[in-house]
Amino acid sequence: MTANPTDTPLRTQEEIAARVKALESVLIEKGVVTTKAVDRLVEVYENEVGPQLGAKVVAKAWTDPEFKARLLADASAACRELGIGGLQGEEMVVVENTDTVQHVIVCTLCSCYPWPVLPPNWYKAPPFRARIVREPRKVLAEDFGYPLPDSVEIRVWDSSSELRYWVLPQRPAGSEHLSEEQLAELVTRDSMIGVGAPKPVVTEAAGA
Amino acid sequence: MNGVFDLGGTDGLGPVENDHMSEAVFRAEWEKRVFPMFAQSARAGLFNVDQFRHGIEKMDPAEYLLSNYYEHWMHTIEHYAEVAGILDPADLEKRTQYYLENPDAPLPERETDTEIVEFVDWAVSNGFPANRESDKEARFSVGDEVVIGNESPYGHTRRARYIRGHRGVITAAHGTFLYPDTAGNGLGDCPEHLYTIKFTAAELWGPEAADPNGVNYFDVWEPYLTPVPATQGA
Repeated sequence: MTANPTDTPLRTQEEIAARVKALESVLIEKGVVTTKAVDRLVEVYENEVGPQLGAKVVAKAWTDPEFKARLLADASAACRELGIGGLQGEEMVVVENTDTVQHVIVCTLCSCYPWPVLPPNWYKAPPFRARIVREPRKVLAEDFGYPLPDSVEIRVWDSSSELRYWVLPQRPAGSEHLSEEQLAELVTRDSMIGVGAPKPVVTEAAGA
Repeated sequence: MNGVFDLGGTDGLGPVENDHMSEAVFRAEWEKRVFPMFAQSARAGLFNVDQFRHGIEKMDPAEYLLSNYYEHWMHTIEHYAEVAGILDPADLEKRTQYYLENPDAPLPERETDTEIVEFVDWAVSNGFPANRESDKEARFSVGDEVVIGNESPYGHTRRARYIRGHRGVITAAHGTFLYPDTAGNGLGDCPEHLYTIKFTAAELWGPEAADPNGVNYFDVWEPYLTPVPATQGA
């Protein structure tokens, strides 16, 4: 038994594609959808909106304490300052990791997430949604290779309302000299969900 | 409703598939066609977001677990298009067969409806806030100890099974938001106060199974809550 749909598909990819096309043809005929709007939305979520925006916000919070305070107080308002927000980001809440607290985000009832910082597919899959609320330390260690000392308190946030939680990870050690743009490159999607750390700083002079 | 979609705390589902493929926003061309149907179908009045979720919840449980995220979306859009009387399941099957045999056959001619494009651009940047004005007074405040009511309502609810009957503390009060238990069942927005509740992992899972210093947060609407009974004292 597996909950991974790619192992035991009920329909082949060809069958799903045909059914989607059939549904789209009906919705086009009924005036519900148009191709231009479909193409526009795909363009937005493939190219304009995504984890790079969350990374930008995190990098700014790492370098600007006043912005960070505003972000933790009202994430949606702070993100709007940077032109980030909109659909499924109307009520964002950012929670901050520390040396002693690790936050993790999930949506056990469906798969809610702040779309402006889009989730990876595993986030929406049953194993993550089922297990992270009950055995977060084990999931982080075994499934994500991210073991945490027992002294770190793990706080799991279930996105059960329209509030959209995400994590402000800790700034990597040795990153003091990096620019905001360079810092943003260290921020991973996993780190904003809380199942991993940002990428470590690679020092060019390593070994010197 | 009680169903397999309510996954929090379910055991035996195996490891989290955490591979490089997960980085793609859309993993197949067909996913790109399903995703944009959501906003446009909502605009056409087929469903609100809670009804959309409830359509997914009503899927066959085996199919729910064995199909992927955007197949869930396809299912609920089909469901509500049928409810609205604009989709005939037999016709959908016929068209599916046609496109299966003729995968390159074009879609019907589409009208260029600039209004829909303008709508999606507007929706993407503005979204649809779920907070709603109400003159209802809040019955609870931050710091209050509460118990989640044990009811198992039929229809849509956000009262997950793993929190029912458990005791927690209110850590934030957010004002009034549309109430999924009515909105998701076609009964209107009916705003209710929304709170964030903090539970200890031991409260939810028992001291044996829980992380010793684990904490779970869950947002609930006021009707889910009851005060902690005053049982202290003689």
